Parts: sequence; C-alpha cells; structure tokens
Amino acid sequence: MRHLTYYQAVREALWQALEADPRVFLLGEDIATYGGVYKVTEGLLERFGPDRVIDTPISENAIIGAATGAAIAGMRPIAEIQFADFIASGFDPLVNMTSTIHYRWGQPVPMVLRAPAGATWASAGPFHSQSMEAWFAQIPGLKVVMPATPADAKGLLTAAIRDPNPVIVLEQKYLYRRMTGPVPEGEHVVPIGEAQVAREGRDATIVAWGTMAFKSLQAAEILAAEGIDVEVVDLRSIVPWDRETVLASVAKTGRVAVVYEAHRTAGFGAEVAATIAEEAFQALDAPILRLAGLDTPIPAHPVLEAEYLPDEHKVVEAVRGLVGF
Amino acid sequence: MSLTDEHRRQLYYYMRLSRAVEDAAWALNNQGRMVGRLYTGHGQEAIPVGAAYALEPEDVIAPMYRDMGAHLVRGVDPVEVFAQFMGKRDSSNMGKDSGLHIGDMSRGIVGMISVLPDSLPVALGVALAFKIRKEPRVALTTFGDGSTSTGAFHEAVNMAAVLQVPLVLVCENNGWALSTPNAREYAAANLVDKAVGYGIPGRHVDGNDVEAVHAAVSEAAALARAGGGPTLIECRTMRMRGHSNIDPADYVPPEMLAEWAERDPIHRYRARIEAAGLWDAEREAGLEAELQERIDQAIHQAEAMPEPEPEDVHVGVFAE
Ligand SMILES: Cc1ncc(C[n+]2csc(CCOP(=O)(O)OP(=O)(O)O)c2C)c(N)n1
Ligand SMILES: [Mg+2]
Repeated sequence: MRHLTYYQAVREALWQALEADPRVFLLGEDIATYGGVYKVTEGLLERFGPDRVIDTPISENAIIGAATGAAIAGMRPIAEIQFADFIASGFDPLVNMTSTIHYRWGQPVPMVLRAPAGATWASAGPFHSQSMEAWFAQIPGLKVVMPATPADAKGLLTAAIRDPNPVIVLEQKYLYRRMTGPVPEGEHVVPIGEAQVAREGRDATIVAWGTMAFKSLQAAEILAAEGIDVEVVDLRSIVPWDRETVLASVAKTGRVAVVYEAHRTAGFGAEVAATIAEEAFQALDAPILRLAGLDTPIPAHPVLEAEYLPDEHKVVEAVRGLVGF
Repeated sequence: MSLTDEHRRQLYYYMRLSRAVEDAAWALNNQGRMVGRLYTGHGQEAIPVGAAYALEPEDVIAPMYRDMGAHLVRGVDPVEVFAQFMGKRDSSNMGKDSGLHIGDMSRGIVGMISVLPDSLPVALGVALAFKIRKEPRVALTTFGDGSTSTGAFHEAVNMAAVLQVPLVLVCENNGWALSTPNAREYAAANLVDKAVGYGIPGRHVDGNDVEAVHAAVSEAAALARAGGGPTLIECRTMRMRGHSNIDPADYVPPEMLAEWAERDPIHRYRARIEAAGLWDAEREAGLEAELQERIDQAIHQAEAMPEPEPEDVHVGVFAE
C-alpha cells in the first residue's frame, strides 16, 4: 500500500470529504492562504475556494460556536483550532452548548473540531504541549479520538466527519512529520470506539493512545530484545472507548500498564485503570501500573521537558517492573 | 511629562538596545542556543519603548511578546533576557516557560502566556486593585491587532470602561496576525473605532514615532490617574519580520515591507535628534561600541549560568 506521512493523511481525509460532500467546509485561523501552521490544509483553498476554506479572526469562541451553528443548520463544518491548548478560549460553547444540544432538544450537531495536541519534545512549553483528552472525556455528548498512525489519522477523521455528533480530533503534532505508514487511497473509515491491538504479546499489556502508543511500540521492540513479549493496545478513541479489547488483552496477559502523556492525576488513564480494576480484578497478576505526565505544567527547557514526559525508555523500565512483580 | 534632551537620548538608546538584543537573539536562536522560538518586535520598537517610558516606576505594565524595549525600560537587564531565552535555572521562568514571558511584580511587569490576549483582563484586575486602594497608579497593557478579535479583549475593555479603572490599552497594529491581514481580522475602518462602542477615548498614533507614542500614553496615563478611566491607543506600525524566526512570511507583499522600511522608527528618530543637535556621528560610534560590548558580555554571562536540574520540574506548582 502507498505510504503517507501523518499530516498528509489528515489532508487527504479533508480533501476527500470536501470533494465528496458539498456540506463540508473548513474554518480556522491561518488555514487558507497560509495552509495552517503545520501546513495540514495547504492547497485546499486553491482547490475548493474561500467559501469552503475560511480564514477566521483569532476568535476560538466564535469558531466553535459558529461550527455548532452551521452544523445544526445543515452543514458539516470542520473547525481547526491552531493549537489544542487554545480550545480553552472557546471552552464554554463546546462544553455547555455544543455538547448538550442533542440531549436537550434532539438536534444532532455533526461537527468536527481538529487540533494539533501533545508535546513536541522540542520545548514547545506550557501552552503548546498539552494533552487535554480528559477535559473533554468529562463532558457527555462530545466524542474524542486521538489517532496514532497515518491510517488512523485519515480513517478516524473521516469517521468523525460522517458522525452525527461533535467529534474532537486531537491530532498528534509530534507525529505529523515523524510518522509515515500505509494509508488506503480511497474511502477509509476507522470506526470511532474501536481500539487496535497494535502488537500482540503474552507477558504484559500496554494500553496507550496518541503519541504514547507510538512510544509504547518502540518500547515493545526494546523489551522484545530482552525476551519480554508485550501486547500494545492503541485505544485510538477516548470517547467512547473500547473496554472489550482492553479487558480481553488484560485477561490474556494478567499484567497491564496504562501509559498517557497528560497529567497523571484524573487523567484518562485513571478511568481505564479503574475500569480494569472493576471488571478484571481476578485476571490481574500484578497491580495496574500508570505511567503518565507529571502533575506540573509542561516545562519548556529540554531537561525539564524530558523529566515531565513519559517516553519509550520510561515505558521499558515500567514494564520491566510490572513483569518482574 | 515633557521630554528633556536627556530623555530623548534615552528613548533612542532603548530602541537601539532593544534591536541589538533581538538581533543577537536571532543569531543565537539560529545557532540552537535558545529554548523555543523567537518573536521579535523589529520595526515596532518605538511602541514598547515610548509606552513604558511614559509610565511611573510604581505603575504596572503587562507587555506582549514583541516588547523587548518595555522590559529594558523597566530595568530588565540584557543578561536576564538572554538567560530567559536560554531557559536558565535562575532566569525569570526558570526554564519552565520560554520567550519574552518574563514576570516580576517588584518591577511592575506582568508575565504573559501564549494564549491571546490573556494579559488584558489581568491588567484590568491590576488597575482595579489600584482603584480600590485609591492609589495614583496605572496599569498598561499592549496587544496585537489580531488579539482584538477575541472574546477576552471585548470583555476586558468593556469591563474596564464600565468600572472606570486606570488602564491604558495600547494596540500594536502591525498589519498582520500571523498570516492574517487587518481586513480579515476586523471590518471597522480603523481599529481605534472600537473605542466608540466601549464609550472610552480612542487615539490613533504613528507607532513608528517614539515621541508620538510617548505623548499619547502620557496623556492617557494622566487621565487614568486622575480617575478618567481607560483609553484605547492604536499605534500603527508594521511587522518587519516573520511572525516568528521560522516564518518566512512570503504572504507579506514586498512593496509593503519596502514602504515601511522607509519609516523605520530608529532611523527616523536618529535623524530627528541629530537635527535637534542632540546626537552626532561620534555619539553614534560610541553607542555602537557600547552596545556591542554590553551584548557580548550579557550573552557570555547568561551562557555561564546553570541549566535547570531534572528535579526542578516539581518545584513551584503551589506557593508555600
Ligand atoms: C487564543 C489564541 N489563539 C491563537 C494563537 C496563535 N497565535 C499566536 S500569535 C498569533 C497572531 C497574533 O497576532 P496579533 O495579535 O496581531 O499580534 P502580532 O503577532 O502581530 O504582534 C496567533 C494566531 C494564540 N497564541 N492564542
Ligand atoms: Mg499583529
């Protein structure tokens, strides 16, 4: 199969959706003439014109509110927030209005909110590095996906565009230009809510998502060389999440590490760990292990950032402990 | 405050120092000797320098990321700037944040965050504290043209107007918000027209004329200090470099840059003080040498400072 880089896969999903569905349009800051700060939307203005690829002022609240309005008026808006951290500037309409419309009056809100999220391992600092899936996982009515491969970047975005609900796609900026992989050329949909066993193994399970799934696979290679055979479950979707696949893997290995980049406390990994404890306690041969970001803002200096972030080496160390328990 | 000859030479000095620090930082950044990116105020120096110079020491300023000159006027030493840019352990942000996010209330500087323009409501709060305590102090904040498109801008300016707090609102209208030109940020004929809707005075000044900026801010500060509430000052200027050092900015028409290069605030001011007999080639040569030495030394000193230790990551989440 043909290979694409992560950001190219995102662009292809946008391109194909714009081709296929006249209701689809994009709005966001610097996405049209500039092509986006990560050049994800480059070339779309030239092909689809300024009514479908719209540069907005710096107005996150209005972008999210407008996407909501256009969605209930029959369009399929795809809003980009330049950095996921700035969703905070439009948090209110998202968590109070957008998320409750269908529950309160039965009106679907088929919109997508895309944003580059996560750390860069390049000193992006406290306001361009956050992983905020747990902010949204707390809000009923919002779906959340975090693709970790180019194929999933295309497939999950396509699923999000077709979904009748608001879906937040937290694209992994660390992977944009770092990860290349096979991506189907035509229509490609990855159903929201299905995890993927990214690597099979017998000795322990790692549950991870986004960039941490990527790092966990690297860790699994290192561990394999030591004779430790790890299964990696890439969650892919946060809301809804695939309990069955996770629980089946835990039942098989009896040991589980939950690895996430966000702050440890009340992070989404806590939900995963609690569910495993509730549903699969008998299957566990070792306490559930959580490896996550620290409970501090994400610092800029490389020494501090490295201390903050989980990475493949920390995963290796954690899994060694888990297997040796 | 009317300007003496010495004041005028100082305004020139701070603009020169600001540009020299930023030029040096540009080189450092390209050499990989900084943490994070660099956003410069190249071509906009007259605004932060003129504005900060119009304040009293007990006033507070909440500057934006291009305001090197405001920090220097407030007494931040170039060593501190380079240490901050290098993420050193003993710098303002201790390596935890980067860029010109220096904060120090002892010198009346509010440290900004990247989210725009979150210093605006904070500056309003500082001004509110002054008002409640009946202190004759003002707060001043600067922000870009693009930042006026946010909800934070609207809420802060409206509330400042309603509460009549001593706040000076300085917009650095440099024509662009990253790749977005003014016409795609607001539909008003002039940005300053927004002041009408808030019921506050609005002033439009040539942002490349340091004395004009100084005069407008002095007047607004005097009004605020006397209980007259906030003023919106639109300083018209031009962003002469990319948004950050990695942005080639090929969306900016070259004619626009050429036109504004003619109006460079530093060159213009030098001609002006020379014509007034306050400056000459000899003084210029002396300044050149002084800046060179000061910057070299500052970089040297900053580079010798310790890096953060890994365990520092845990320090400071909460106050003791
Ligand atoms: C809430 C928010 N949205 C988007 C950004 C990304 N961003 C950083 S600077 C910038 C342009 C700002 O333009 P302007 O306010 O005119 O200031 P200038 O950079 O021109 O000085 C943008 C969009 C941000 N920092 N904060
Ligand atoms: Mg601007």
